Amino acid sequence: MGLRQWIDGWPVYRQLTGDDALGRGSAARSRGTERLSARTEQADRVVRSVCPYCAVGCGQKVYVKDEKVTQIEGDPDSPISRGRLCPKGAASKQLVTGPGRISTVLHRPAHATGWERIPLDRAMDMIADRVIRTRRESWQDTHRGVPVRRTLGIASLGGATLDNEENYLMKKLYTALGAIQIENQARI
Amino acid sequence: MAECHPVGFQWVMEAKERGATIIHVDPRFTRTSALADVHVPLRAGTDIAFLGALVNHVLSTGKDFREYVVAYTNAPAILRQDFADTEDLDGLFSGFDPESHHYETTTWMYEGADASAAAGARDRWPASGGEGEQDVAARQHGGRELRDTARAESYGAGGAALGGKPALDPTLQHPRCVYQVLKRHFARYTPELVEDVCGVSRELFARVADAITANSGRERTTALCYSVGWTQHTVGVQYIRTASILQALLGNIGRPGGGILALRGHASIQGSTDVPTLFDLLPGYIPMPHAHQHQDLDAFVAADAGTTGFWGNMRAYVVSLLKAWWGEAATQENDYRFDWLPRLTGDHGTYRTVLNQLSGECKGYFLVGENPAVGSANAKLQRLGLANLDWLVVRDLRMIESATFWKDGPEIETGELRTEEIPTEVFFLPAAAHTEKDGSFTNTQRLLQWHHAAITPPGDARSDLWFYYHLGRIIREKLAGSTDPRDRPLLDLTWDYPTEGPLAEPSADAVLAEINGHGPDGQPLSTSTQLRDDGSTACGVWIYCGVRAHGHNQAANRRPRHEQSRVAPDWGWAWPANRRILYNRASADPDGRPWSERKRYVWWDAEQGRWTGDDVPDFEADKPPGYRPPPGAKAQDALAGTDPFIMQSDGRAWLFAPAGLADGPLPAHYEPYESPVDNPLYGQQTNPALQAHDRPANRYHPAGNQVYPYAFTTYRLTEHHTAGAMSRTLPYLSELQPEFFCEVSPELAAERGLEHLGWATITTARTAVEARVLVTDRMKPLRVRGRTIHQVGLPYHWGPEGLSTGDAANELLSVVLDPNVRIQESKAATCDIRPDRRPRGPALLAHVAAYRRRAGLPDDTPPTTGEGRP
Repeated sequence: MGLRQWIDGWPVYRQLTGDDALGRGSAARSRGTERLSARTEQADRVVRSVCPYCAVGCGQKVYVKDEKVTQIEGDPDSPISRGRLCPKGAASKQLVTGPGRISTVLHRPAHATGWERIPLDRAMDMIADRVIRTRRESWQDTHRGVPVRRTLGIASLGGATLDNEENYLMKKLYTALGAIQIENQARI
Repeated sequence: MAECHPVGFQWVMEAKERGATIIHVDPRFTRTSALADVHVPLRAGTDIAFLGALVNHVLSTGKDFREYVVAYTNAPAILRQDFADTEDLDGLFSGFDPESHHYETTTWMYEGADASAAAGARDRWPASGGEGEQDVAARQHGGRELRDTARAESYGAGGAALGGKPALDPTLQHPRCVYQVLKRHFARYTPELVEDVCGVSRELFARVADAITANSGRERTTALCYSVGWTQHTVGVQYIRTASILQALLGNIGRPGGGILALRGHASIQGSTDVPTLFDLLPGYIPMPHAHQHQDLDAFVAADAGTTGFWGNMRAYVVSLLKAWWGEAATQENDYRFDWLPRLTGDHGTYRTVLNQLSGECKGYFLVGENPAVGSANAKLQRLGLANLDWLVVRDLRMIESATFWKDGPEIETGELRTEEIPTEVFFLPAAAHTEKDGSFTNTQRLLQWHHAAITPPGDARSDLWFYYHLGRIIREKLAGSTDPRDRPLLDLTWDYPTEGPLAEPSADAVLAEINGHGPDGQPLSTSTQLRDDGSTACGVWIYCGVRAHGHNQAANRRPRHEQSRVAPDWGWAWPANRRILYNRASADPDGRPWSERKRYVWWDAEQGRWTGDDVPDFEADKPPGYRPPPGAKAQDALAGTDPFIMQSDGRAWLFAPAGLADGPLPAHYEPYESPVDNPLYGQQTNPALQAHDRPANRYHPAGNQVYPYAFTTYRLTEHHTAGAMSRTLPYLSELQPEFFCEVSPELAAERGLEHLGWATITTARTAVEARVLVTDRMKPLRVRGRTIHQVGLPYHWGPEGLSTGDAANELLSVVLDPNVRIQESKAATCDIRPDRRPRGPALLAHVAAYRRRAGLPDDTPPTTGEGRP
């Protein structure tokens, strides 16, 4: 390192001679600072998304590194949100990566006092059996003499963070099953 | 809005910077009030009185936008002689049946609508016996079936169908024209009444009335924004109707800077209505068929097929939907398998479902990102229903109260339920987050935006698309080979979506392609006008037709805002046809010229022979302003070039609703079902058509009951989200708002001895909850009906699970419903409030029962499960 470099590396010198008189910007940078970079810069990819909380529909940019979400920020390109997120939207990364997320299927048998873990494919099979059985047991061909082709034995209540495509498959499958008590937060 | 839609509120602030006056009407002083020019604290549940007085102000001072009103609204339409108003019948309209609490609506119709227009409908009506088209329309869009099946919700994409068009008096002088009827109806909605009912001073009311009228007309427009503070009432639909009347009179619909903007509360709650997981709707606001009205496709479309406006094409929408679902199996010979749609026979909504769970009729339940044990009115009733099921499937990101009621719900603590006795088998399946799946949300402005999967979900977590696709696949495999006719709709269902990756995730894009629809050549459709009723087109959601035009996912469009106009048409895709302001033909005068240069938006270009402007015209692009329909014209051809409201059968905004509502063609102020005072306007205290369920665990407080003397209202906080599953489980948000609290005024605190930061117990006939006390000037005592009325504010996010826990405000509410759409009254009820924590265990039940006894209500023994179960 030459003398010139040594002097330039001294923050007080840069503060006195440069245009950062308050020493809160470039004058205060160190080699340690130079080595730092934002998570958003280190990301392997950035994926465009939409905030899952209220219905304003703020744009989100999801930063991914090593197949993990490392940051979620507002999308400045969005004509709706112009890059802003509210406290909930800004907490989205914790929503998707934070503690408490459950990643195994849990089963509570009738009258049991605790949960048991069961494999996903077994749970799917058990649920399909229960749908078929309840549908069969509660099927109505007619109601007061007119055809109804339905079951009142099965009901559903969905949240309004469901994607359109999910709602579509739900309504389609339930209707083919004859289940009509299909509801959503949109009622509430 | 600043609290619950903070990022949307930036535009309100921008408007304020540019000179707009911001008025905030809310019982509470909030962050919105702090930034507004005027805050109007009013008593919860009295907005129709307030808005009705604004309507009266506009009418009595002649400040309506007369050219707009005459040309674009039904103000000149003449009503039947036998229509009677609430002024005539002390709070009832003509047609009320006091036995069954519903309206027969024939007398609300226009006089002398052209009977020939829907002659075809009469022919196709199998049991009509020569009834007139008005009777058909009244039966389809009014009466008991409409109320029971919440059919008013099907008007989410346009008004109720009427046969023909009304006789008009453009001078507005005919005593039975809508304009004159409106004047008489609202004449008693005066500033003095507002003061008496709402607790708003005449001076404050005058300030609001002057600001709104001064800011409306040719040169200026006023917007109204609302949220569930307007909808969660037993008169919620009529709140919005009153706002519609005001905005239509002022010429504020279909114009830039105008409108009535619903600020919806969830990422895709608009989408959940458009692509409905709702009992009463098929996709695109097509009603679910009713067993006793719609036995075949002809009967189903009868009332609409003969009518005018774009709903006149309903048969094409229905046939295309049936083709999307049943493909080759749906043919003209078999009525496109219309018979495979299950039928309604009455109310099958979520609160009715809970009653069916209690009676043992409903045995299996799916909860998909929803937490009714905290988020629905009368949370106890919800849990008692859950505890009486055979099986329950819960899908969520984190553990929620609706999945754990059997081990730590409030009824376990009180001893009403015992874990070992609860028969419900519970499956908890972890869900994928929005960052882990492809799909579209429809935001509050009807804008579809695609979110792309960033990573794969952890462990067993899966998207709901995965769950339903594979559940359907497994059920179909198990039933393969079945000869039972009831299984045919399942086995013939089009269910062959391609799957991707190691998790076999179904392609959301393939589902979107089915939603968009395709023609006979398999090519994607571009617009719903391409849909046919001959089985040659298939389309899952007709209002979304065009979202994948040219095979391109338009919802994923993201041209940066700096690279396009202020309307931003290349960001996402709005239904219908990427129109950003609905009914925007009304932004031009009848001749097609902008009402003013300042408010130009869409106009007629005579040289090009087309409508043009900043937005996609919400009108047939080449229909000139001078077009007049030939006799016998159908569907959109029957609307003139001066009829901007193209989803209405008469092309006009409805000041008076001749069909489609269960509780009156005009709004009237009724008190909340639980009110501290009487109704000064009419002998009729509450909405006569509302739906109540007076039963154990759902008792109601009589009006003015001194045991429950205070009004309360529920609301959300910026830092939490609905029933809390997406916020009480997050450390950041739980730290920002750590605890359930109640807001009370210093005067109420003094009256009841409540201490700031101390505890309070809030009691209703349902139960009691405890909350930290926030004594604040944000809550103002109001002078109403000669009395001081105190209001208590309760955020409703908490429950026993999560990082931040507390009692749920929804425990306090009863189930009492709006008759049009079956939304519960969450925003206005009554309670008592006392210092200290609530009793624990069985003592809580005794505490609540003692209140009920003092109030003269039935002293119900604690409800138990097994009620009605064989």
